[in-house]
Amino acid sequence: MSLFGSLFGRATKTSAPVARDRLQILLAHERTGEGYESDLLSKLQAEILQVIKRHIPVDQEKVQVKLDRGNSVSMLEIDIEVPQIRTPGHP
Amino acid sequence: MAKVLVVTSGKGGVGKTTSTAALGAALAQTGQNVVVVDFDVGLRNLDLVMGAERRVVFDLINVIQGDAKLSQALIRDKRIETLSILPASQTRDKDALTAEGVARVMQELREKFDWVICDSPAGIERGAQLAMYHADHAIVVTNPEVSSVRDSDRIIGMLDSTTEKAKGGGKIEKHLLLTRYDPARAARGEMLRIEDVLEILSIPLLGIIPESEEVLRASNLGAPVTLSSPDSPPARAYAEAARRLEGEKLEITVPTERKGLLARLFKGKS
Ligand SMILES: Nc1ncnc2c1ncn2[C@@H]1O[C@H](COP(=O)(O)OP(=O)(O)O)[C@@H](O)[C@H]1O
Ligand SMILES: [Mg+2]
Repeated sequence: MSLFGSLFGRATKTSAPVARDRLQILLAHERTGEGYESDLLSKLQAEILQVIKRHIPVDQEKVQVKLDRGNSVSMLEIDIEVPQIRTPGHP
Repeated sequence: MAKVLVVTSGKGGVGKTTSTAALGAALAQTGQNVVVVDFDVGLRNLDLVMGAERRVVFDLINVIQGDAKLSQALIRDKRIETLSILPASQTRDKDALTAEGVARVMQELREKFDWVICDSPAGIERGAQLAMYHADHAIVVTNPEVSSVRDSDRIIGMLDSTTEKAKGGGKIEKHLLLTRYDPARAARGEMLRIEDVLEILSIPLLGIIPESEEVLRASNLGAPVTLSSPDSPPARAYAEAARRLEGEKLEITVPTERKGLLARLFKGKS
């Protein structure tokens, strides 16, 4: 640890590495083309929705796409609110 | 009834985005539903300051163009349940931000939230005008420095002429937020005095945010300063400004470090 760091603050000392890590992840994604990424995501969402619609009635509003960009992998989470399915004969 | 607030300044780098995040978090912490909206198309930053950059999927322009529903573009804050962010587009053309599209989204936001806080881009062009158009309240962010005060004056003129409220014969409520205020330099007479800025701009003062390294730390960490270091002088100043927005009458002070040696050295008694 540098003398400067120890004298002038816990502030910059502990937060700068966090800032660097956040930027590295973000910029890696932005450089490979954020437009591409969001197009892919909306395509995925639309197609997954189509498949589901074949079986159950859902509207677009009830589909949530969540993303968490990571260093080597990102997590894509798709939440679909499925309405109560009534089987015939059981109103 | 929802309140739409624009955080604006004309000049860049004065603290609009920092203030949007801090005030949004402070209001949301009282349990009210708050959304912060980034209008800086092409140079979005609010997502970074809020620490939501890894979770952006859709943005304001996607919603305007119908590629996504509003609910799909809103990102819920991980720390405060009642706080959401609507990011700006980083890649699209600015012209995609149409007046009708913005009007539609703002209407929908009004139905969903108690506070809609719009982070304006710098400048006085289209982007800044669209950000302020639907506002009921404006926070004019100003540094105690000549070019910032001049730009604020220009923006105040626009708030009184080119907004929906103004065109309908009404008046937008304007508040001055003095940021990056350095008490030590002010004491040495190196900065415009608060009274002078107030007299020149003559709009009511919402708060004085001191210059502080905690603001840099907050942006490094990706958290509004009111969350990353709630006891720090800028966080307390923002929290009080938020309470004034809610109508509380609080005396305006410049918060200082509670037991900081430096602050005591510079401030003497206070
Ligand atoms: N009170 C403050 N103390 C120290 N730095 C500040 C303060 N307010 C803002 N800053 C810094 O000033 C810079 C510009 O702030 P930002 O909020 O992005 O301004 P704007 O949105 O008006 O362009 C950022 O680096 C931010 O960390
Ligand atoms: Mg900004």
